[in-house]
Amino acid sequence: MTRRSLRVVVDPTKCEGRGVCAEMLPELITLDGWGFPVLDEGGSVSSEIVEHAVRTVRACPRQALHLVEHSS
Amino acid sequence: MRTGSTGQVLTAPAPSVRLLRGLVTGSPDPTLSEHMNRWGGLPGRRGRGLDVLEELRASGLQGRGGAWFPVSTKWEAVARRSARRPVVVANCAEGEPGSRKDSLLTTCAPHLVLDGLVLAASALGARRAFVYAPASSLPAVLSACDERNAWGLERLPIDVVESPSAFLAGQESAVVNALNGRQPAVPSFTGVVTIRERGVAGRPTLVQNAETLAHVALIGRFGAQWYREVGTEECPGTMLMTVNRAGGAFVVEVGLGDRLLEGCGLDVDEVMSSHGVLLGGYGGGWVTPNDFRELVALEGQVRRVGATLGTGVVAVLPRHVCPLAEMADVVRYMQGEGAGQCGPCVFGLAEIATRLEGLAYHGRGGGHAVQRILEICNTIEGRGACRHPDGVIRFVRSGLGVFGQEAGLHQRHGPCDRVGAARVLPIPTQATIRRVMAHP
Repeated sequence: MTRRSLRVVVDPTKCEGRGVCAEMLPELITLDGWGFPVLDEGGSVSSEIVEHAVRTVRACPRQALHLVEHSS
Repeated sequence: MRTGSTGQVLTAPAPSVRLLRGLVTGSPDPTLSEHMNRWGGLPGRRGRGLDVLEELRASGLQGRGGAWFPVSTKWEAVARRSARRPVVVANCAEGEPGSRKDSLLTTCAPHLVLDGLVLAASALGARRAFVYAPASSLPAVLSACDERNAWGLERLPIDVVESPSAFLAGQESAVVNALNGRQPAVPSFTGVVTIRERGVAGRPTLVQNAETLAHVALIGRFGAQWYREVGTEECPGTMLMTVNRAGGAFVVEVGLGDRLLEGCGLDVDEVMSSHGVLLGGYGGGWVTPNDFRELVALEGQVRRVGATLGTGVVAVLPRHVCPLAEMADVVRYMQGEGAGQCGPCVFGLAEIATRLEGLAYHGRGGGHAVQRILEICNTIEGRGACRHPDGVIRFVRSGLGVFGQEAGLHQRHGPCDRVGAARVLPIPTQATIRRVMAHP
Protein backbone atom coordinates (compact mmCIF):
# COMPACT_ATOMS: atom_id res chain seq x y z
CA MET A 1 0.00 0.00 0.00
CA THR A 2 1.28 3.45 -0.79
CA ARG A 3 1.10 6.19 1.77
CA ARG A 4 0.98 9.76 0.60
CA SER A 5 3.04 12.24 2.53
CA LEU A 6 4.21 15.81 2.22
CA ARG A 7 7.73 17.02 1.76
CA VAL A 8 9.26 20.49 1.78
CA VAL A 9 11.75 21.10 -1.01
CA VAL A 10 14.00 24.12 -1.53
CA ASP A 11 14.65 25.56 -4.95
CA PRO A 12 18.33 26.38 -4.32
CA THR A 13 18.46 28.61 -7.41
CA LYS A 14 15.93 30.97 -5.80
CA CYS A 15 17.08 30.72 -2.17
CA GLU A 16 19.27 33.57 -0.98
CA GLY A 17 19.57 32.44 2.60
CA ARG A 18 17.23 34.97 4.22
CA GLY A 19 16.60 32.44 6.99
CA VAL A 20 12.87 33.03 7.50
CA CYS A 21 12.14 29.33 7.05
CA ALA A 22 14.49 28.23 9.83
CA GLU A 23 12.86 30.67 12.21
CA MET A 24 9.34 29.54 11.34
CA LEU A 25 9.96 25.82 11.07
CA PRO A 26 12.89 24.90 13.34
CA GLU A 27 11.46 21.37 13.68
CA LEU A 28 12.49 20.70 10.10
CA ILE A 29 14.87 23.41 8.92
CA THR A 30 18.24 24.57 10.25
CA LEU A 31 20.80 26.84 8.60
CA ASP A 32 24.29 25.92 7.46
CA GLY A 33 27.35 28.05 8.18
CA TRP A 34 26.56 30.34 5.22
CA GLY A 35 22.90 30.80 6.22
CA PHE A 36 21.30 28.43 3.72
CA PRO A 37 18.57 26.00 4.82
CA VAL A 38 19.31 22.36 5.59
CA LEU A 39 16.25 20.10 5.68
CA ASP A 40 16.10 17.28 8.20
CA GLU A 41 14.83 13.85 7.13
CA GLY A 42 14.73 14.84 3.47
CA GLY A 43 12.13 17.51 4.24
CA SER A 44 9.44 15.03 5.25
CA VAL A 45 6.59 16.84 6.97
CA SER A 46 4.98 14.97 9.88
CA SER A 47 1.24 15.41 10.38
CA GLU A 48 1.70 17.59 13.49
CA ILE A 49 3.55 20.33 11.61
CA VAL A 50 1.66 20.42 8.31
CA GLU A 51 0.05 23.77 9.06
CA HIS A 52 3.38 25.31 10.10
CA ALA A 53 4.95 23.95 6.93
CA VAL A 54 2.25 25.48 4.74
CA ARG A 55 2.67 28.86 6.44
CA THR A 56 6.45 28.68 6.11
CA VAL A 57 6.31 27.86 2.41
CA ARG A 58 4.02 30.87 1.86
CA ALA A 59 6.23 33.15 3.93
CA CYS A 60 9.48 32.60 2.02
CA PRO A 61 10.39 36.03 0.63
CA ARG A 62 12.07 34.39 -2.38
CA GLN A 63 9.28 31.84 -2.98
CA ALA A 64 12.00 29.23 -2.91
CA LEU A 65 10.06 26.66 -0.90
CA HIS A 66 7.66 24.10 -2.31
CA LEU A 67 5.41 21.59 -0.66
CA VAL A 68 5.28 18.42 -2.74
CA GLU A 69 3.27 15.28 -2.30
CA HIS A 70 5.10 12.03 -2.68
CA SER A 71 3.98 8.47 -2.27
CA SER A 72 6.15 6.09 -0.32
CA MET B 1 22.76 -10.47 -38.51
CA ARG B 2 19.34 -9.10 -39.12
CA THR B 3 17.22 -8.35 -42.14
CA GLY B 4 16.00 -4.81 -42.38
CA SER B 5 12.45 -3.93 -43.40
CA THR B 6 13.61 -2.86 -46.84
CA GLY B 7 14.96 -6.33 -47.47
CA GLN B 8 18.69 -5.61 -47.26
CA VAL B 9 20.84 -7.74 -45.00
CA LEU B 10 22.68 -5.74 -42.38
CA THR B 11 26.01 -7.10 -41.22
CA ALA B 12 26.45 -6.77 -37.49
CA PRO B 13 29.88 -5.49 -36.40
CA ALA B 14 32.43 -7.58 -34.53
CA PRO B 15 32.19 -7.60 -30.72
CA SER B 16 33.76 -4.67 -28.86
CA VAL B 17 34.32 -2.57 -31.96
CA ARG B 18 30.97 -1.08 -32.68
CA LEU B 19 30.76 2.69 -32.59
CA LEU B 20 34.41 3.02 -33.54
CA ARG B 21 34.13 0.73 -36.54
CA GLY B 22 35.82 2.44 -39.46
CA LEU B 23 37.01 5.28 -37.23
CA VAL B 24 40.11 3.70 -35.75
CA THR B 25 42.54 3.84 -38.64
CA GLY B 26 43.36 6.38 -41.31
CA SER B 27 41.23 9.46 -41.78
CA PRO B 28 37.62 8.49 -41.08
CA ASP B 29 35.04 9.32 -43.75
CA PRO B 30 31.98 10.99 -42.19
CA THR B 31 29.84 11.03 -45.34
CA LEU B 32 26.39 9.51 -45.66
CA SER B 33 27.46 7.17 -48.45
CA GLU B 34 30.24 5.74 -46.27
CA HIS B 35 27.79 5.49 -43.37
CA MET B 36 25.40 3.52 -45.61
CA ASN B 37 28.24 1.26 -46.76
CA ARG B 38 29.27 0.64 -43.20
CA TRP B 39 25.90 0.19 -41.53
CA GLY B 40 23.18 0.04 -44.18
CA GLY B 41 19.98 2.08 -44.07
CA LEU B 42 17.90 2.51 -40.98
CA PRO B 43 15.15 -0.12 -40.81
CA GLY B 44 11.97 0.02 -38.82
CA ARG B 45 10.93 3.60 -39.40
CA ARG B 46 7.39 4.91 -39.61
CA GLY B 47 5.89 1.92 -37.89
CA ARG B 48 7.52 -0.74 -40.08
CA GLY B 49 10.09 -3.21 -38.86
CA LEU B 50 11.09 -3.55 -35.25
CA ASP B 51 9.61 -1.69 -32.34
CA VAL B 52 12.50 0.52 -31.23
CA LEU B 53 11.17 1.15 -27.73
CA GLU B 54 10.62 -2.58 -27.17
CA GLU B 55 14.15 -3.35 -28.43
CA LEU B 56 15.60 -0.62 -26.23
CA ARG B 57 13.86 -2.05 -23.19
CA ALA B 58 15.19 -5.51 -23.99
CA SER B 59 18.69 -4.17 -24.75
CA GLY B 60 19.14 -2.71 -21.27
CA LEU B 61 20.99 0.29 -22.73
CA GLN B 62 22.03 2.85 -20.12
CA GLY B 63 22.75 6.51 -20.84
CA ARG B 64 26.37 7.39 -21.60
CA GLY B 65 26.11 11.06 -20.63
CA GLY B 66 27.39 10.19 -17.18
CA ALA B 67 24.37 9.07 -15.16
CA TRP B 68 23.99 5.52 -16.54
CA PHE B 69 20.22 5.88 -16.36
CA PRO B 70 18.16 3.22 -18.22
CA VAL B 71 17.37 4.75 -21.60
CA SER B 72 14.00 3.02 -22.09
CA THR B 73 12.78 4.31 -18.70
CA LYS B 74 13.62 7.85 -19.78
CA TRP B 75 11.88 7.43 -23.14
CA GLU B 76 8.80 5.97 -21.47
CA ALA B 77 8.67 8.89 -19.04
CA VAL B 78 8.61 11.30 -21.98
CA ALA B 79 6.12 9.18 -23.93
CA ARG B 80 3.71 9.17 -20.96
CA ARG B 81 3.27 12.94 -21.29
CA SER B 82 2.11 12.47 -24.84
CA ALA B 83 -0.72 15.00 -24.56
CA ARG B 84 1.70 17.30 -26.37
CA ARG B 85 4.17 16.17 -28.99
CA PRO B 86 7.59 15.86 -27.37
CA VAL B 87 10.89 17.34 -28.49
CA VAL B 88 14.05 15.24 -28.84
CA VAL B 89 17.58 16.57 -28.44
CA ALA B 90 20.96 15.06 -29.33
CA ASN B 91 23.29 16.39 -26.66
CA CYS B 92 26.81 16.65 -28.09
CA ALA B 93 27.97 19.37 -25.68
CA GLU B 94 30.61 17.33 -23.80
CA GLY B 95 31.67 19.96 -21.26
CA GLU B 96 33.98 17.54 -19.46
CA PRO B 97 37.55 18.75 -20.20
CA GLY B 98 39.05 15.24 -20.35
CA SER B 99 36.39 13.80 -22.68
CA ARG B 100 36.71 13.54 -26.48
CA LYS B 101 34.37 10.68 -27.31
CA ASP B 102 31.24 12.67 -28.15
CA SER B 103 33.11 15.12 -30.36
CA LEU B 104 34.80 12.17 -32.07
CA LEU B 105 31.42 10.60 -32.82
CA THR B 106 29.79 13.87 -33.79
CA THR B 107 32.52 14.84 -36.23
CA CYS B 108 33.56 11.41 -37.58
CA ALA B 109 30.25 9.50 -37.47
CA PRO B 110 27.55 12.19 -37.35
CA HIS B 111 25.00 9.99 -39.13
CA LEU B 112 25.11 7.44 -36.34
CA VAL B 113 24.10 10.14 -33.87
CA LEU B 114 21.46 11.50 -36.24
CA ASP B 115 20.04 8.00 -36.84
CA GLY B 116 19.60 7.61 -33.09
CA LEU B 117 17.91 10.99 -32.88
CA VAL B 118 15.54 10.10 -35.73
CA LEU B 119 14.68 6.78 -34.06
CA ALA B 120 13.95 8.60 -30.79
CA ALA B 121 11.71 11.07 -32.60
CA SER B 122 9.76 8.36 -34.38
CA ALA B 123 9.39 6.22 -31.24
CA LEU B 124 8.11 9.18 -29.23
CA GLY B 125 6.10 10.86 -31.96
CA ALA B 126 8.26 13.98 -31.89
CA ARG B 127 8.11 16.35 -34.82
CA ARG B 128 10.92 18.60 -33.66
CA ALA B 129 14.48 17.56 -33.11
CA PHE B 130 17.62 19.43 -32.12
CA VAL B 131 21.31 18.77 -32.30
CA TYR B 132 23.08 20.73 -29.57
CA ALA B 133 26.79 20.74 -30.31
CA PRO B 134 29.92 22.81 -29.70
CA ALA B 135 31.26 25.16 -32.40
CA SER B 136 34.01 22.69 -33.33
CA SER B 137 31.44 20.01 -34.24
CA LEU B 138 28.95 22.24 -36.05
CA PRO B 139 30.40 21.99 -39.59
CA ALA B 140 30.24 18.17 -39.46
CA VAL B 141 26.67 18.16 -38.12
CA LEU B 142 25.45 20.75 -40.60
CA SER B 143 26.91 18.98 -43.62
CA ALA B 144 25.49 15.66 -42.37
CA CYS B 145 22.03 17.25 -42.14
CA ASP B 146 22.44 18.71 -45.66
CA GLU B 147 23.39 15.28 -47.02
CA ARG B 148 20.32 13.69 -45.47
CA ASN B 149 18.11 16.37 -46.98
CA ALA B 150 19.77 15.97 -50.37
CA TRP B 151 19.17 12.21 -50.20
CA GLY B 152 15.53 12.87 -49.31
CA LEU B 153 16.05 10.84 -46.16
CA GLU B 154 14.56 13.16 -43.60
CA ARG B 155 11.03 14.31 -42.98
CA LEU B 156 11.95 15.35 -39.47
CA PRO B 157 13.17 18.93 -39.28
CA ILE B 158 16.43 18.98 -37.34
CA ASP B 159 17.62 22.28 -35.86
CA VAL B 160 21.31 22.59 -35.07
CA VAL B 161 22.15 24.83 -32.11
CA GLU B 162 25.61 25.76 -30.83
CA SER B 163 26.39 24.81 -27.25
CA PRO B 164 28.55 27.18 -25.19
CA SER B 165 31.94 25.86 -24.09
CA ALA B 166 31.11 25.62 -20.40
CA PHE B 167 31.33 22.61 -18.12
CA LEU B 168 27.61 22.75 -17.31
CA ALA B 169 26.44 23.48 -20.88
CA GLY B 170 25.52 19.82 -21.35
CA GLN B 171 23.56 19.40 -18.10
CA GLU B 172 20.11 18.48 -19.34
CA SER B 173 18.11 21.36 -17.89
CA ALA B 174 20.85 23.74 -19.08
CA VAL B 175 20.42 22.26 -22.55
CA VAL B 176 16.69 22.98 -22.38
CA ASN B 177 17.36 26.53 -21.20
CA ALA B 178 19.82 27.07 -24.05
CA LEU B 179 17.29 25.81 -26.62
CA ASN B 180 14.65 28.06 -25.09
CA GLY B 181 16.98 31.01 -25.63
CA ARG B 182 17.73 31.64 -21.98
CA GLN B 183 21.12 33.24 -21.38
CA PRO B 184 23.36 32.13 -19.82
CA ALA B 185 22.45 28.47 -20.33
CA VAL B 186 22.61 27.22 -16.74
CA PRO B 187 20.73 24.37 -15.05
CA SER B 188 17.26 24.85 -13.56
CA PHE B 189 15.74 23.48 -10.41
CA THR B 190 13.84 20.39 -11.58
CA GLY B 191 12.70 19.12 -8.18
CA VAL B 192 9.06 19.99 -8.84
CA VAL B 193 8.64 19.94 -12.64
CA THR B 194 11.08 17.90 -14.72
CA ILE B 195 12.12 18.58 -18.31
CA ARG B 196 10.48 15.27 -19.24
CA GLU B 197 7.22 17.01 -18.35
CA ARG B 198 8.02 20.53 -19.49
CA GLY B 199 11.17 21.27 -21.45
CA VAL B 200 11.86 22.88 -24.82
CA ALA B 201 8.95 25.22 -25.75
CA GLY B 202 7.12 23.83 -22.72
CA ARG B 203 6.92 20.39 -24.32
CA PRO B 204 7.98 17.03 -22.85
CA THR B 205 11.65 16.78 -23.76
CA LEU B 206 14.14 13.98 -24.22
CA VAL B 207 17.76 15.07 -23.96
CA GLN B 208 20.05 12.20 -24.87
CA ASN B 209 23.82 12.08 -25.07
CA ALA B 210 25.46 11.66 -28.50
CA GLU B 211 27.08 8.31 -27.71
CA THR B 212 23.81 6.96 -26.31
CA LEU B 213 22.04 7.87 -29.55
CA ALA B 214 24.77 6.15 -31.56
CA HIS B 215 24.11 2.96 -29.57
CA VAL B 216 20.39 3.43 -30.24
CA ALA B 217 21.16 3.63 -33.97
CA LEU B 218 22.83 0.21 -33.82
CA ILE B 219 20.15 -1.34 -31.61
CA GLY B 220 17.61 -0.03 -34.12
CA ARG B 221 19.43 -1.94 -36.85
CA PHE B 222 20.61 -5.14 -35.19
CA GLY B 223 18.28 -5.48 -32.21
CA ALA B 224 18.58 -6.08 -28.49
CA GLN B 225 19.90 -9.61 -28.76
CA TRP B 226 22.86 -8.47 -30.84
CA TYR B 227 23.48 -5.59 -28.45
CA ARG B 228 23.71 -8.02 -25.54
CA GLU B 229 26.38 -10.15 -27.22
CA VAL B 230 28.93 -7.91 -25.46
CA GLY B 231 28.82 -6.94 -21.79
CA THR B 232 27.05 -8.45 -18.82
CA GLU B 233 23.41 -9.22 -18.07
CA GLU B 234 23.10 -6.09 -15.93
CA CYS B 235 25.37 -3.84 -18.01
CA PRO B 236 25.27 -4.87 -21.66
CA GLY B 237 27.12 -3.42 -24.62
CA THR B 238 30.21 -1.31 -25.04
CA MET B 239 31.24 2.17 -23.93
CA LEU B 240 33.57 4.80 -25.29
CA MET B 241 36.29 6.01 -22.98
CA THR B 242 38.75 8.88 -23.30
CA VAL B 243 42.11 7.95 -21.85
CA ASN B 244 44.24 10.89 -20.68
CA ARG B 245 47.89 10.38 -19.91
CA ALA B 246 50.95 12.59 -19.78
CA GLY B 247 51.48 12.12 -23.54
CA GLY B 248 47.95 13.07 -24.68
CA ALA B 249 44.44 11.65 -24.97
CA PHE B 250 42.83 8.91 -27.07
CA VAL B 251 39.39 7.31 -27.37
CA VAL B 252 38.81 3.57 -26.98
CA GLU B 253 35.73 1.35 -27.06
CA VAL B 254 35.54 -1.03 -24.13
CA GLY B 255 33.20 -3.99 -23.66
CA LEU B 256 31.28 -3.55 -20.41
CA GLY B 257 32.56 -6.03 -17.86
CA ASP B 258 36.04 -6.07 -19.43
CA ARG B 259 39.04 -5.12 -17.32
CA LEU B 260 39.73 -1.41 -17.62
CA LEU B 261 43.50 -1.81 -17.64
CA GLU B 262 43.57 -3.76 -20.91
CA GLY B 263 40.42 -2.12 -22.30
CA CYS B 264 42.00 1.32 -22.02
CA GLY B 265 45.26 0.12 -23.55
CA LEU B 266 47.22 1.09 -20.45
CA ASP B 267 50.52 -0.33 -19.38
CA VAL B 268 50.45 -2.04 -15.97
CA ASP B 269 53.78 -0.45 -14.94
CA GLU B 270 52.53 3.00 -15.88
CA VAL B 271 49.46 2.49 -13.69
CA MET B 272 51.28 0.86 -10.78
CA SER B 273 53.89 3.62 -10.64
CA SER B 274 51.20 6.35 -10.65
CA HIS B 275 49.60 8.23 -7.73
CA GLY B 276 46.22 6.92 -8.80
CA VAL B 277 43.71 6.91 -11.63
CA LEU B 278 40.79 9.29 -12.10
CA LEU B 279 37.62 7.70 -13.43
CA GLY B 280 34.58 9.60 -14.65
CA GLY B 281 36.16 13.03 -15.04
CA TYR B 282 36.04 16.03 -12.73
CA GLY B 283 32.76 14.86 -11.24
CA GLY B 284 34.16 11.35 -10.93
CA GLY B 285 36.47 9.73 -8.43
CA TRP B 286 40.05 8.62 -7.79
CA VAL B 287 41.00 4.99 -7.41
CA THR B 288 44.30 3.54 -6.21
CA PRO B 289 46.61 1.86 -8.75
CA ASN B 290 45.90 -1.47 -7.02
CA ASP B 291 42.14 -1.05 -7.27
CA PHE B 292 42.34 0.12 -10.87
CA ARG B 293 44.41 -2.90 -11.91
CA GLU B 294 41.57 -5.24 -11.02
CA LEU B 295 38.65 -2.98 -11.88
CA VAL B 296 36.20 -3.86 -14.67
CA ALA B 297 34.04 -1.54 -16.74
CA LEU B 298 30.85 -1.89 -14.72
CA GLU B 299 29.27 1.15 -13.13
CA GLY B 300 28.19 -0.75 -10.01
CA GLN B 301 31.70 -1.99 -9.30
CA VAL B 302 33.33 1.35 -10.01
CA ARG B 303 30.86 3.01 -7.62
CA ARG B 304 31.85 0.58 -4.92
CA VAL B 305 35.41 1.93 -4.97
CA GLY B 306 34.16 5.53 -4.73
CA ALA B 307 34.30 6.52 -8.41
CA THR B 308 32.02 6.36 -11.45
CA LEU B 309 32.48 5.45 -15.10
CA GLY B 310 30.58 8.69 -15.71
CA THR B 311 31.30 9.96 -19.19
CA GLY B 312 34.15 7.48 -19.61
CA VAL B 313 37.07 9.75 -18.77
CA VAL B 314 40.22 8.02 -17.49
CA ALA B 315 43.29 9.92 -16.33
CA VAL B 316 46.48 8.41 -14.93
CA LEU B 317 48.30 10.74 -12.54
CA PRO B 318 52.06 10.14 -12.82
CA ARG B 319 54.41 10.29 -9.81
CA HIS B 320 56.26 13.40 -10.92
CA VAL B 321 53.28 15.70 -10.23
CA CYS B 322 51.75 16.89 -6.94
CA PRO B 323 48.31 15.31 -6.54
CA LEU B 324 47.15 18.07 -4.18
CA ALA B 325 48.05 20.78 -6.68
CA GLU B 326 46.28 18.88 -9.47
CA MET B 327 43.19 18.54 -7.27
CA ALA B 328 43.26 22.17 -6.15
CA ASP B 329 43.40 23.40 -9.75
CA VAL B 330 40.54 21.14 -10.83
CA VAL B 331 38.33 22.17 -7.90
CA ARG B 332 39.07 25.86 -8.54
CA TYR B 333 38.12 25.32 -12.18
CA MET B 334 34.93 23.46 -11.21
CA GLN B 335 34.04 26.20 -8.73
CA GLY B 336 34.41 28.74 -11.53
CA GLU B 337 32.30 26.58 -13.84
CA GLY B 338 29.42 26.46 -11.37
CA ALA B 339 26.30 28.30 -12.44
CA GLY B 340 26.54 30.57 -9.41
CA GLN B 341 22.90 29.96 -8.54
CA CYS B 342 22.87 27.78 -5.42
CA GLY B 343 24.36 29.01 -2.15
CA PRO B 344 25.79 25.73 -0.83
CA CYS B 345 27.63 25.12 -4.14
CA VAL B 346 28.83 28.73 -4.51
CA PHE B 347 30.25 29.03 -1.00
CA GLY B 348 31.10 25.37 -0.40
CA LEU B 349 33.17 24.84 -3.55
CA ALA B 350 34.95 28.17 -3.04
CA GLU B 351 36.01 27.16 0.45
CA ILE B 352 37.10 23.68 -0.62
CA ALA B 353 39.17 25.17 -3.44
CA THR B 354 40.79 27.70 -1.11
CA ARG B 355 41.64 25.05 1.50
CA LEU B 356 43.10 22.71 -1.16
CA GLU B 357 45.19 25.57 -2.57
CA GLY B 358 46.35 26.28 0.96
CA LEU B 359 47.53 22.69 1.29
CA ALA B 360 49.10 22.46 -2.15
CA TYR B 361 50.70 25.87 -2.54
CA HIS B 362 50.92 27.88 0.64
CA GLY B 363 51.51 25.53 3.55
CA ARG B 364 48.43 27.12 5.05
CA GLY B 365 46.44 24.01 5.67
CA GLY B 366 46.65 24.26 9.42
CA GLY B 367 46.31 21.07 11.37
CA HIS B 368 42.79 20.31 10.29
CA ALA B 369 42.40 21.40 6.64
CA VAL B 370 41.53 17.89 5.45
CA GLN B 371 38.95 17.47 8.18
CA ARG B 372 37.37 20.83 7.36
CA ILE B 373 37.23 19.98 3.62
CA LEU B 374 35.44 16.71 4.40
CA GLU B 375 32.99 18.56 6.67
CA ILE B 376 32.11 20.97 3.86
CA CYS B 377 31.60 18.00 1.54
CA ASN B 378 29.09 16.53 4.01
CA THR B 379 27.36 19.90 4.42
CA ILE B 380 26.73 20.68 0.75
CA GLU B 381 26.06 17.22 -0.66
CA GLY B 382 22.76 16.96 -2.54
CA ARG B 383 21.90 20.62 -2.03
CA GLY B 384 22.42 22.02 -5.51
CA ALA B 385 19.79 22.29 -8.23
CA CYS B 386 22.05 20.05 -10.31
CA ARG B 387 24.68 17.45 -9.45
CA HIS B 388 27.64 19.77 -9.97
CA PRO B 389 28.58 20.03 -6.27
CA ASP B 390 28.01 16.29 -5.75
CA GLY B 391 30.44 15.48 -8.54
CA VAL B 392 33.11 17.74 -7.06
CA ILE B 393 32.51 16.16 -3.66
CA ARG B 394 33.14 12.69 -5.09
CA PHE B 395 36.33 13.97 -6.74
CA VAL B 396 37.54 15.53 -3.49
CA ARG B 397 36.56 12.77 -1.05
CA SER B 398 38.05 10.02 -3.17
CA GLY B 399 41.16 12.11 -3.82
CA LEU B 400 41.74 12.74 -0.14
CA GLY B 401 41.32 9.00 0.37
CA VAL B 402 43.69 7.87 -2.38
CA PHE B 403 46.22 10.66 -1.69
CA GLY B 404 45.64 10.56 2.07
CA GLN B 405 49.29 10.13 2.92
CA GLU B 406 50.29 12.99 0.60
CA ALA B 407 47.57 15.20 2.10
CA GLY B 408 48.85 14.44 5.62
CA LEU B 409 52.42 15.33 4.62
CA HIS B 410 51.27 18.60 3.03
CA GLN B 411 49.25 19.40 6.12
CA ARG B 412 52.32 18.97 8.33
CA HIS B 413 55.17 20.17 6.13
CA GLY B 414 53.67 22.48 3.49
CA PRO B 415 54.07 22.32 -0.31
CA CYS B 416 56.18 19.59 -1.88
CA ASP B 417 58.92 20.03 -4.46
CA ARG B 418 56.69 18.73 -7.30
CA VAL B 419 54.32 21.66 -7.01
CA GLY B 420 55.86 23.34 -10.04
CA ALA B 421 55.54 20.32 -12.36
CA ALA B 422 53.47 20.84 -15.51
CA ARG B 423 49.79 19.94 -14.94
CA VAL B 424 48.55 16.63 -16.27
CA LEU B 425 44.81 17.19 -15.80
CA PRO B 426 43.58 19.58 -18.50
CA ILE B 427 42.14 22.91 -17.30
CA PRO B 428 40.46 24.91 -20.05
CA THR B 429 40.84 28.66 -19.76
CA GLN B 430 37.51 30.25 -20.31
CA ALA B 431 35.32 32.99 -19.02
CA THR B 432 31.79 31.83 -18.37
CA ILE B 433 28.98 34.22 -17.66
CA ARG B 434 27.11 33.53 -14.48
CA ARG B 435 25.07 35.17 -11.85
CA VAL B 436 27.08 36.66 -9.04
CA MET B 437 25.78 35.76 -5.64
CA ALA B 438 26.47 38.03 -2.69
CA HIS B 439 26.92 36.59 0.74
CA PRO B 440 23.59 36.91 2.59
